[in-house]
Amino acid sequence: MGYGVKLKVWGERACFTRPEMKVERVSYDVITPSAARGILDAIHWKPAIRWHVDRIHVLKPIRFESIRRNEVGGKLSPASVTKAMKAGDTAGLVNYVDEDRQQRAATILRDVAYVIEAHFDLTPKAGAEDSVGKHLDIFNRRARKGQCFQQPCMGVREFPANFQLIEDGDPIPEKHESLQEARDLGWTLHDIDFDRGMSPRFFRAQMADGVIEVPPWHSEEVKA
Amino acid sequence: MTAITHRYEFVYLFDITNGNPNGDPDAGNLPRLDPETNRGLVTDVCLKRKIRNFVSLDKPADAGYAIYMQEKAVLNNQHRKAYDAQSLKPEDKKLPKEEEKARAITQWMCNNFFDVRTFGAVMTTGVNAGQVRGPVQMAFATSIDPVVPLEISITRMAVTTEKEAEAQSGDNRTMGRKHIIPYGLYRAHGFVSAKLAERTGFSDADLELFWRALINMFEHDRSAARGEMAARKLIVFEHESAMGNAPAHVLFDAVRITPAQADADSAPRRFADYRVEIDRAAIPSGVAVRELI
Repeated sequence: MGYGVKLKVWGERACFTRPEMKVERVSYDVITPSAARGILDAIHWKPAIRWHVDRIHVLKPIRFESIRRNEVGGKLSPASVTKAMKAGDTAGLVNYVDEDRQQRAATILRDVAYVIEAHFDLTPKAGAEDSVGKHLDIFNRRARKGQCFQQPCMGVREFPANFQLIEDGDPIPEKHESLQEARDLGWTLHDIDFDRGMSPRFFRAQMADGVIEVPPWHSEEVKA
Repeated sequence: MTAITHRYEFVYLFDITNGNPNGDPDAGNLPRLDPETNRGLVTDVCLKRKIRNFVSLDKPADAGYAIYMQEKAVLNNQHRKAYDAQSLKPEDKKLPKEEEKARAITQWMCNNFFDVRTFGAVMTTGVNAGQVRGPVQMAFATSIDPVVPLEISITRMAVTTEKEAEAQSGDNRTMGRKHIIPYGLYRAHGFVSAKLAERTGFSDADLELFWRALINMFEHDRSAARGEMAARKLIVFEHESAMGNAPAHVLFDAVRITPAQADADSAPRRFADYRVEIDRAAIPSGVAVRELI
């Protein structure tokens, strides 16, 4: 892979929500390939490319914390918006948060840092003007200068992610000693399959010396 | 509305004297604490609530500034908002395709609601464009120093029910509890993405209103629980380019908050006990620093 990138990302808090525990959110132990792809997408993405996460390095010990917040229960229905559009009036179109309140706890990660190793493929949408080199250059330039389409986040937007490009040839930062043993992280979300009606696909995440090898998207190990 | 063309980050400092800035529903409404450092926390949604409340007070009747996520208390002075039906026409095409229709709905919401345009909203259209990601993103605010919440017991010279009165044989007194922080200076970080603003139509005027909301929102959020809260500093970093000219963390690191007296042995109790410095030498070129307070 001549066109891989390495990006260090870190943040004070993170929440990579387990799909089976999403009402009172519980985070996975580590960042998912899907969330890592989202971070890359936030820096540079075009329909012509698709990012693939190859490897995730976990740099800091895995620690959790709980936080409970008042959240709203309901979502906005398109039918009521259409009605308001027809009436040309926003009067009835509000959500009273104190009548539709849910208190939800979230079990989140504290003080996280990762290195994401990834590459991208050109998609069928790539035109004649799209070359691998061009997109790689754009990504590297943006990541080096701290530019981004939007500030990337650690799973949810209230936990911003800082990022820094690891230049070619530079070493991966030191990992915390507690991460040395091999750890089975269990079935983990790989990504959402947007071609097949947004169905989730999972893989068995194994961490050895803080490194998680992410199997390729279309490989045997990734199961729907 | 033309969208903003610069990326922004901001550092927002506010303080509290003898009050509870944000209660923790998990801990009996004690002020939120980071259990590892004992620093106080204020959630992003807490601050966004106050921004929404300020905007609905400031623009009660202006088209385009309705607030979707309303609180009852503010609703009292909400008026029916006149809506300019003209602007609806170009979007309301005949028999639009499902996706176009979804987009029109989203666009309409963005045009009419300040909070949707700023923070985004989730709409269950199922097809596409069901979610709006707003350009403004805020993180949790953390206090500079560890805070020590105090529990203050208070008495009430009345009871609620007859039964209680009988039990007390006419004494009619109840005890209550208030949780306060004697003093805390909190620091919040925020991000404004010009690229997401393009999609929701978040304009320069909206941004000005947003800054004004941050500066003034505590003035309209007085209550028995809050004590005295005040916005102390709003430092805005404006990038020359829409994508940004520097990493956000470099800019945030340039704002340093230190004790005003290095040898101060007493706990900080007022804003003057802190010194806020901006290391202008550390600001990369292409980024303008503005101190709005």
